[in-house]
Amino acid sequence: MRVHALIRLAVILSAAGLTTAAWAASADDFNAAYTKAEAAENQAGTLKTQWTTTEDALKAAKKAADAGNFDDAIKHAQQAEALANASIAQAKEQATAWKNAAIR
Amino acid sequence: MRRAVLLAIAMFALAAPPVSAADSVNPKADFKAFRDYFTKHFPKVPLNDFVNGPYSMDADLRKQWEEIDAFPPYQFALDKGKQMFETPFKNGKTYGDCFPNKGIGIRQSYPYFDAKAGEVVTLDVALNQCRQANGEAPLDYTKDDMAALTAYMAFTSRGKPFDIKIPNDPRALAAYRKGEEYFYTRRGQLNFSCASCHVQSAGDHIRTEVLAPALGLVAALPIYRSEWGGMGTTSRRLITCNSQVRAVPLKAEDELYRDVEYYLSYMSNGLPISGPGARP
Repeated sequence: MRVHALIRLAVILSAAGLTTAAWAASADDFNAAYTKAEAAENQAGTLKTQWTTTEDALKAAKKAADAGNFDDAIKHAQQAEALANASIAQAKEQATAWKNAAIR
Repeated sequence: MRRAVLLAIAMFALAAPPVSAADSVNPKADFKAFRDYFTKHFPKVPLNDFVNGPYSMDADLRKQWEEIDAFPPYQFALDKGKQMFETPFKNGKTYGDCFPNKGIGIRQSYPYFDAKAGEVVTLDVALNQCRQANGEAPLDYTKDDMAALTAYMAFTSRGKPFDIKIPNDPRALAAYRKGEEYFYTRRGQLNFSCASCHVQSAGDHIRTEVLAPALGLVAALPIYRSEWGGMGTTSRRLITCNSQVRAVPLKAEDELYRDVEYYLSYMSNGLPISGPGARP
């Protein structure tokens, strides 16, 4: 009975360990997320439609990664990517929508 | 057969994007519509008073400004600008040698379209072109020296009506159009355009500030801002506006900034230069 309990505990701890390993972000995960965010922000740059908040999120991502906190770093990078994509969508929409606001 | 051709023409006409007034570039028509918009929205504001920005919109603010202007906060910049303007470069020439009428009373003609370069030249850019032609380093477009020089040149032009020309040159019309587009395009995370504040909300409050109307907006530049505790050039004003709506600003005197100044200055044609101005 005692052995069974120990085995059960070992299985639980092992599973927990595997789960943690599966969820913890790595430098590679961060690099992938950051590359995507940076590409979107560069595209926003060619459209002259970058947002300061995107730049802030990219900086925060780098800072967290430098501190080894890849979970936070990825969150910031994903936020930056979302912001950059929103700024690109804004520029595309405004390419024609500005005319509706112009005084004629 | 004839019926088929007519049908094809009709289908083509339906498929083609509609050509509206918004797609053609007509500065004269834009000017009239722009002027009508502001004079209809603010019928009590005398036309020339629009150059006084928020003070034309708010009586209390105007009283404060009149008292402040008895001892102009920009006076230090005028003194410095005059001195800089009159001090010869190392080669013995002065700023005056680069400009018509020796640079006195000419602010109202800037920006202009330089047909040779194919782009808009603002007074600030012309000053740096002058410096570089005489072997001097260019000034920072956002700092005090440029603000002082342009303040002095604006001061010598006070009361002279804006006289911006848009030549019948496709490049000039394109620059004008890009300036107009920039003015009305929403940007930044807050999704504001220049027009959001200076057309659609002109005269309204944003926190404690009264938003200046776009008509005459550029006539008071450069300005002393109490908020800044110092002088600001046109570039500084545009960069700050961009940052406030959380848009990454362009480089000072970027082509688009020059184009939007060209557009707004043309819209202010006939209104008197009032710079340098003082704003809260």
